Amino acid sequence: MAATTTPSPVTGPSVKDAAEHARRSNRKWALGLLIAVVVLFLLYWKILPAVGGDTASFFRKWLSVSAASEMVLWVIFALGLNIVVGYAGLLDLGYVAFWAIGGYVAGWFMSPFASEMMNDKSWANLKFNFLGHPPAIQGLDRGIHLNFWLVLPIAGLICAFFGVLIGAPTLRLKSDYLALVTLGFGEIIPQIFRNGERLGPGGNFNLSNGDKGITPVDTIPTWPFSYIPGVPDQLGLRAEDLPFKFLVYCLLAAAIVFLSLRIREGRLGRAWLAIREDELAASMMGVPLMRTKLAAYAVGAFAGGIGGVAFATFVNGIYASRFDFAISIILLAMVVLGGMGNVWGVTVGALVLAWINSTGLEQFGNTFNDAVGTNINFKNYQFLLFGLILVLMMLFRREGLIPETRTKQVLAEPERGELEAVGADLEGEQA
Amino acid sequence: MSAQSSTSQTGEARGTGEILLKIDDLQVYYGAIAAVKGISLEVRQGEIVTLIGSNGAGKSTTLRTISGLIKPRQGSVTFAGKNVTTMSGHGIVEAGICHSPEGRRIFPRMTVDENLDMGAFLRNDKDGIAEDREHVLELFPRLRERIAQKAGTLSGGEQQMLAVARAMMGRPKLLLLDEPSMGLAPVLVDLIFDTIQTIRDQGTTILLVEQNALAALGIADYAYVLESGALKLQGSARRLAEDDEVTRAYLGG
Repeated sequence: MAATTTPSPVTGPSVKDAAEHARRSNRKWALGLLIAVVVLFLLYWKILPAVGGDTASFFRKWLSVSAASEMVLWVIFALGLNIVVGYAGLLDLGYVAFWAIGGYVAGWFMSPFASEMMNDKSWANLKFNFLGHPPAIQGLDRGIHLNFWLVLPIAGLICAFFGVLIGAPTLRLKSDYLALVTLGFGEIIPQIFRNGERLGPGGNFNLSNGDKGITPVDTIPTWPFSYIPGVPDQLGLRAEDLPFKFLVYCLLAAAIVFLSLRIREGRLGRAWLAIREDELAASMMGVPLMRTKLAAYAVGAFAGGIGGVAFATFVNGIYASRFDFAISIILLAMVVLGGMGNVWGVTVGALVLAWINSTGLEQFGNTFNDAVGTNINFKNYQFLLFGLILVLMMLFRREGLIPETRTKQVLAEPERGELEAVGADLEGEQA
Repeated sequence: MSAQSSTSQTGEARGTGEILLKIDDLQVYYGAIAAVKGISLEVRQGEIVTLIGSNGAGKSTTLRTISGLIKPRQGSVTFAGKNVTTMSGHGIVEAGICHSPEGRRIFPRMTVDENLDMGAFLRNDKDGIAEDREHVLELFPRLRERIAQKAGTLSGGEQQMLAVARAMMGRPKLLLLDEPSMGLAPVLVDLIFDTIQTIRDQGTTILLVEQNALAALGIADYAYVLESGALKLQGSARRLAEDDEVTRAYLGG
């Protein structure tokens, strides 16, 4: 019998086609979102103030500049979590911890708070400013003031360190146990901050100012873009700063998108993917499991740190009570809803849920109540709605709104039966 | 050494190739249960050595211990003169042992091409990888036809080919094959075993674990028979294939 060595003509897509397709899809998404950002920015910056009237109030209600900014901040966190959950397949129910740590790094390094960190007031005269921008109010130049753009990587690295710290002992755990430990971590860190007013010997060290929180936070400098006419050189809380802050957050989100896409294509990304698919097989290919998983925690936490600092500038403060468990769950819901592992899917998922969260549901409720004459507080049913969305997703679209192409293809194409394969063999031999 | 003495030796003297892999008094436990109870064996350069035995005899455990996925309680694994017993999984792949696992375990949501790429994960020589990719696609032309397809959509036989091809992408000195015939139609079993022989003829030493003892003895040079974690018989594959006891127990004769 002749061996079946004559290759039949290549069927299906070639490898190059698939890579080209992915690149094209990335370009399309990036361009689309860029256009949306530019349009929104122009709208908030020039158009709405000029038009005023109903249009302006419509946007103020349904998609205000702070709602849009908050949505973009959620995208940053969701993308960070996506690296851990979507890329490497490690369940993390405590991602809010990195949001908190990032926030407090901003509190320590870009606010007057550092001068109050010793309860005996021994640091009261501490003044350190490195390109920092404290608000121009008497007395607020105390403490440590580093430049916002400098604090971002610092917070990222500190979070990455904590990511490894929490990651290391959990790596031998599987699914349920891993979920429990990360959940605990997500509870413990905010509790430490919440109760961190009197630490150390004699309760002298104030880590976090407890429930009172830390405020105000320094402004965001725009140098060198401040030379462009019309661009404020500091972005604080003035109304005219907000469109630019929105732009800054979009820039950070874009950076995380870029990071996610680049890592995915590289060696580390492939190693994560392999671990997600089959850990044992990955290890047989020579993927160092420990190192690779820790890298996922570190990179994911890095994004969380950056988002934490940005969020601190958004609310002009850090408040321990904000970092609750629900945030970790909402973030996870964003990743699942959007399509685990797909950067664009997760972005859309985060935007949708964050919008519902901030203005969407409330406005829908108001409109509904006005029209029907009822008086239902829709905000109260927010988690019911999230739960419903997730259940429906699991029932009808398990792979998420915009799934990874690789998931889509496997779900769409049933495995070829053994008989078919044997048939193909026999045909091959006859030929 | 106690295990060795209880093993009856069948057949003529072995080939005189250099010893590539040597396992000495290997004992592996899952918790309190002994899965492998003091096995010693050798694989020589250029051989196909097969490890046969029924379900639960400790065949797969032995392979997994060799590739560093499980640590033995006692005994040693020596590869190319180096003690690799305590090495990490990726260290062992780097040393030149690649494992095609039981149940194929291909990466379902990666394409065939990406799966092959993963097999070369620890290598940096681009040209060498491209060469080996071409080589395994010649060994398994069916994979070339499905190169951009997600591996999860392949048939069982194709997945098995991919699992072997993927392991070959590490350019191993020693290839561990765990049950390559499992769940395959007879035509495909022949095809896979033919290819295993070709791989050996091209210079890769192979340690083959099989339940399909007949097929395994048909291509192997030397065979070890395992029974509940201990070596029962060893000898040249041809002799074992004719051995009454083996025939009765494993070949259904």
